[in-house]
Amino acid sequence: MVPDPSSRPHLAPGCRMNEKSQQPRLLLMPERVLRLNGPSLEIIERCDGRHTVQQIVAELQKQYSKASPAKVEQDILGYLSLLQEERALDFE
Amino acid sequence: MNKQAHSPAPLALVAELTHRCPLHCVYCSNPLDMARREGELSTAAWVDVLRQAGEVGVLQVDFTGGEPLARPDLIELVRAARHSGLYVSLITSGLPLDEKRLDELVRAGLDHLQLSFQGALEESANEFAGTQSHAQKLRVAQWVKRHRIALTLNFVIHRQNLDQLEEMLALAEVISPARVEFAHVQYYGWAFANRDRLLPTRQQLDRSLEILKRSEEQLRGRIRVEYVVPDYYAKYPKACMGGWGRKVLLITPTGEALPCHAAKILPGMKFENVQAQPLRRIWEESEAFQRFRGEDWMPEPCRSCDRRAQDFGGCRCQAFLLVGDAATTDPVCSLSPQRTVVDSILAQSNSTPILSGSTKAEWLYRINP
Repeated sequence: MVPDPSSRPHLAPGCRMNEKSQQPRLLLMPERVLRLNGPSLEIIERCDGRHTVQQIVAELQKQYSKASPAKVEQDILGYLSLLQEERALDFE
Repeated sequence: MNKQAHSPAPLALVAELTHRCPLHCVYCSNPLDMARREGELSTAAWVDVLRQAGEVGVLQVDFTGGEPLARPDLIELVRAARHSGLYVSLITSGLPLDEKRLDELVRAGLDHLQLSFQGALEESANEFAGTQSHAQKLRVAQWVKRHRIALTLNFVIHRQNLDQLEEMLALAEVISPARVEFAHVQYYGWAFANRDRLLPTRQQLDRSLEILKRSEEQLRGRIRVEYVVPDYYAKYPKACMGGWGRKVLLITPTGEALPCHAAKILPGMKFENVQAQPLRRIWEESEAFQRFRGEDWMPEPCRSCDRRAQDFGGCRCQAFLLVGDAATTDPVCSLSPQRTVVDSILAQSNSTPILSGSTKAEWLYRINP
């Protein structure tokens, strides 16, 4: 399932990050905890219901400019679709 | 040597707030010998446990029971749990709950509500629960959907309701929660006493797995469907609680710290109480948590098995219940020399007709302490 580039992902009800002061940063959801490393944290922080999928991809391509843009896009779409299957994300 | 001086913190604290419950489910995981109200921990004692849990590094708390809503201080405990940095789940039958109390629970910081269902059809669901509860659950599901918290539906499935699986899925689609779990009854506590009437046949099981696999695909991205093969039918045992003393710390209504729901049945074990010792010390050092932690306790065939770090030898309580020895390989494992015990239970179950109509007179209903 590939997310629509113009949709705006946001955390599903009952899914949230731990407090900013807590390390490591985690995504908390029913019966699961995902540890957020550099790139996954960058993605999740942009899943705010304002950024479109396209914008998230563009911003991170800029930020990870040493990596191939196609690879960055592929990784982001893969991660977003995984989180949708986990029901951690909704898309508007 | 696998026993660590400092075990990683538990992921989850299971807080069994009470054994009191308006339901009398024939497969309840509570012990046959239940705690009475007078023996329950006070609000202050639970608040202190939650604070310690946060300090130790626990990430999630599951408020369960019995029926946790039976505790009048639940809202205060939810608030204390969030204050301690925990992700808060309520595992509930939905009785007794009204819209106002749900609002208050959500405002206090509840993240997730797991609502149990005894079936899809009112009459039989009420029979397994031993009380009128189904209609209330449908109302609760609708109320929860109005809030920004996660909802999981948990259908408990077994021999007497597996044939309603498609109706359960249809009901789940109507309610449309983020998650639905189909939990085969596990044979401990009251379910062990009622096992003959709960254990599905091979044919029922195969059909149900086919339906569930199909739904999982159809609902992908909308509703997450979760289920496991019941372990009497599995080739390898379940990694019970993710391993003894590895992920989960359970506190009983009276404050005893256990590695799982059923461990109290194990003979010769001494469980520490949170009122007498700090949580960290109980988790890291107590004899009960060290007893089956790691691999040192393992007999063959576990000791040299490639799967020992995956299933941790299976379930200690199951080994005790089936063959009277908690320190042996879980007999459901196909590599266990005692697997024949399970095979003969299955043979018996598969040669007996699935009871039809009401079996009410034959159930051993859970009591309310």
